[in-house]
Amino acid sequence: MAPGIGLQAAAYIVASILFILSLGGLKDQESAKRAIWYGIAGMALAVIATVFGPGVQNGILIVIAIAAGSFAGWYIAGKVQMTEMPQLVAALHSFVGLAAVFIGLNADIMLGTVNALRASGLTPGEVSLTGFGELLWAKTYVEVNILRVEVFLGIFIGAITFTGSVVAFAKLSGRVDGKPRQLALPPGGNANPYISGHWLNVWALAACVLLGLAYFTGAGLWTMLLVALIAGFIGWHLIMGIGGADMPVVVSMLNSYSGWAAAAIGFTLGNDLLIVTGALVGSSGAILSYIMCRAMNRNFVSVILGGWGGTSGPAMAVEGEQVAIDAAGVASALEDADSVVIVPGYGMAVAQAQQSVSELVRRLRADGKTVRFAIHPVAGRLPGHMNVLLAEAKVPYDIVLEMDEINDDLPDTDVVIVIGSNDIVNPAAQDDPNSPIAGMPVLEVWKAKQVFVSKRGQGTGYSGIENPLFYKENTRMFYGDAKASLDALLAQLG
Amino acid sequence: MTFGAIAERAEDEARVAMTPASAEQIRKLGHDCVIEAGAGRRAGFDDDAYRTAGVEVLPDAAAVLARADVVAKVRPPTEAEMDMLREGQTLIAFFYPAENEALMKRAAERGATVLAMDMVPRISRAQKMDALSSMANIAGYRAVIEAGANFGRFFTGQVTAAGKVPPAEVLVVGAGVAGLAAIGTATSLGAIVRAFDVRPEVAEQIESMGAEFLFLDFEDNQDGSGTGGYAAPSSPEFREAQLKLFREQAPEVDIVITTALIPNREAPELWTADMVAAMKPGSVIVDLAAEKGGNCKLTVKGEKIVTDNGVTIIGYTDFPSRMAAQASTLYSNNVRHMMADLTPGKDGTVVQNMDDDVIRGATIAHEGAVTWPPPKPKVAAIAAAPRKAKPRDPTPEEKRAHEVATFRAATKRQVTLLVVGAVLLMIVGNYAPPSFMSHLIVFALACFVGFQVIWGVSHSLHTPLMAVTNAISGIIIVGALLQIGAGNFWVVLLSLIAVLIASINIVGGFLVTRRMLAMFQKS
Repeated sequence: MAPGIGLQAAAYIVASILFILSLGGLKDQESAKRAIWYGIAGMALAVIATVFGPGVQNGILIVIAIAAGSFAGWYIAGKVQMTEMPQLVAALHSFVGLAAVFIGLNADIMLGTVNALRASGLTPGEVSLTGFGELLWAKTYVEVNILRVEVFLGIFIGAITFTGSVVAFAKLSGRVDGKPRQLALPPGGNANPYISGHWLNVWALAACVLLGLAYFTGAGLWTMLLVALIAGFIGWHLIMGIGGADMPVVVSMLNSYSGWAAAAIGFTLGNDLLIVTGALVGSSGAILSYIMCRAMNRNFVSVILGGWGGTSGPAMAVEGEQVAIDAAGVASALEDADSVVIVPGYGMAVAQAQQSVSELVRRLRADGKTVRFAIHPVAGRLPGHMNVLLAEAKVPYDIVLEMDEINDDLPDTDVVIVIGSNDIVNPAAQDDPNSPIAGMPVLEVWKAKQVFVSKRGQGTGYSGIENPLFYKENTRMFYGDAKASLDALLAQLG
Repeated sequence: MTFGAIAERAEDEARVAMTPASAEQIRKLGHDCVIEAGAGRRAGFDDDAYRTAGVEVLPDAAAVLARADVVAKVRPPTEAEMDMLREGQTLIAFFYPAENEALMKRAAERGATVLAMDMVPRISRAQKMDALSSMANIAGYRAVIEAGANFGRFFTGQVTAAGKVPPAEVLVVGAGVAGLAAIGTATSLGAIVRAFDVRPEVAEQIESMGAEFLFLDFEDNQDGSGTGGYAAPSSPEFREAQLKLFREQAPEVDIVITTALIPNREAPELWTADMVAAMKPGSVIVDLAAEKGGNCKLTVKGEKIVTDNGVTIIGYTDFPSRMAAQASTLYSNNVRHMMADLTPGKDGTVVQNMDDDVIRGATIAHEGAVTWPPPKPKVAAIAAAPRKAKPRDPTPEEKRAHEVATFRAATKRQVTLLVVGAVLLMIVGNYAPPSFMSHLIVFALACFVGFQVIWGVSHSLHTPLMAVTNAISGIIIVGALLQIGAGNFWVVLLSLIAVLIASINIVGGFLVTRRMLAMFQKS
């Protein structure tokens, strides 16, 4: 026999507490390992309490769906490379968004069904209803209207999350190139600014609001289907307009959205567990985005709306030339150095070079040299991206330092190796008030005695900004794919 | 080819240009090594140690000079040694060509090649051969040790049962290599150290060694980058301002270590007689510039004197030699690196590559010609530093006022937010049914918990955090589960799909997070 409502509520409370502990436990690496189990236990408890709770039918179907989904999740999680983590997280977000849309649509369909049943004069006892159906049956007129607002919000946010995450996934996995791109209408050069770019988003938003109003006044399911489509367009267009360099913020923002969508659905279904968990996820995602924007000295709104925001005047001209060096040169400098700092970036992730980096570090440390990593808060395409990759390659985390911890030590460092990062070591952020990244805190690697930059070619980085570091006198360019370069270097150190 | 080292003739010189360890390295370059008997004795290396390292010990300097193709020593050669050099032979030593022009011409006439260790350009690549820096490092260390030996008190402050001991106050003038070494040594002994230099860009280095930089607020601060990192003479006005600063310090400090040297000039007078008179009895001055006339005019070169008011002034010029074992080790390593650059093929053949910045810079005589001074090196030593004024420290009152203002602004912002939020909620509450409000309470509290919890998450765990929150947002499965039973076909289908993809999300998210976390490990 199914347990009662009271038992289910108790299970939900325990699950909520477990989720909070799970997030809070991530404050350091050791407690994080425990925290993840809290999360899993909380989720298991929530699902079991719901499935065996009152008002749930079609048990076989549920078991099949959960089993199939779990298998797929297990398969993906086992197969994915650590460097593909950003894409994976983005892809998973899209599922939550899509689920929110479906549940919202369902809620409306059921509202229609229940209304029809009520109109036919039956009593609740005579029809077979799920828990949600019973809830709907009991709702007053005002409550039904509030429900419609919630359904609208759930579908709207869910659809934006879905398409936005799909685009973020495509950009991060390289299926779509990372440049910001927005529609310009009509096509063919002379676009009308009022139906291009952000204005398109504004019009789409207005259309959604109008459809929403129509829905409140009794228009049917079609309005919500349209809202889902248009919100989907907004999500797609919004994220397409944001450059690849801002993807970390976008992913965390979508994370936040998926939480708000869950919370909105929670309101719709009158389920406190969904509300609590959605709010937790939503606020944590929002804070994370804020922390990252602050690390880049960027305005949150201007990141979300795409584009770097107001810059004035031409960028400073860069003087000098880039001087190349080969593996032997880098090896001899490393042999003479006592302290080495490695600055990894997205290039290391792309080239899958973390194992070679780890091997390099192991060798240098075996020679008694001080080797440390300097991690910029926005290195990579996901916050903490570099830490995860280095951890995968078994780099001990106590030599992996944050920007603030290591910036003061850089002037005393003999050799800095920059592996595939660009904007985060760009001195223009400090020197050139007209630079698009002016004021962004950067790693001051140019203060070290010698800097080697491992880079594929002479091109600019993701943000498309020239980097004066590469032209400095104590900088040598070590061209080539990061992994190939490092392997050549390891052979030289031999 | 054969590499040889000869003993030093000077009374107060205990160093030697080759140690058994450096000999082994030079032999790896393909050279044979010879040494004059007893050359390393005063530095603590006896002839047997050299023999063990595969060095042939020859009875006297003449024998070494006759055998060796490359001869190394520490001090500039004596005339007698110079006369024994033959054509094509190479000599490596400190030479100070600006002061020893006659000797340099003599070397050129004899057709010998002379590499002056003191002329190695100050570029990054040549740091391993920069003997001036390695010797200055020792001098700075030894200066503090000598000062301590002549100072009647502890360096570090102590509170003992027998009474309180104040810490020694040390002033270091000139923050070159010697000055920085002195700062580091004095700080680690527990003294309170202040330091001054005419080049404001070294302030960071001074502070990094743990000393306080005495900032001189003066328009025309010089930028040492144009002169290869060395100081240049300063204007009379600047000098006055500087002396005024020192005059204020004189009665306070216990130990003064002056290291101010300007290349090829007499040392500037920085510690005047009246400053010495103002110092406390028992204070110590160590003048590392004694060789060039001293930064204090009372200094007697090579000696230790005590003034009438009880101030000890140490004017030794042989600080590195006083630590001969250490100094020889470092100097011989510098020479060894020079040999490595001279033997690019590691095949025992010396190649005098005059296109190489370092070798060209150090060579002062070659193939019968004087090759000093060298042309400017192609690589500038130090990038020009942008001028940066040190921001004035705010006074305590200003700090307090600033704190109060920040506090008020924060309070105002919070109160405004709270009031606006509360009013909005009341409006909603006025119209919404109670069932909605009870959910809203839960929602608002959960938001706050989320905000508070996330601030504490460490940066390196942001990716796991995202994966975990992503997995947790799969809680939406609960919503789908609640709907799945409804009779309508579409509802069942949509909620089934929702359950399916939400499960992918949950399982995938948690497993991936676990994989990530399992990888974090301590060294």
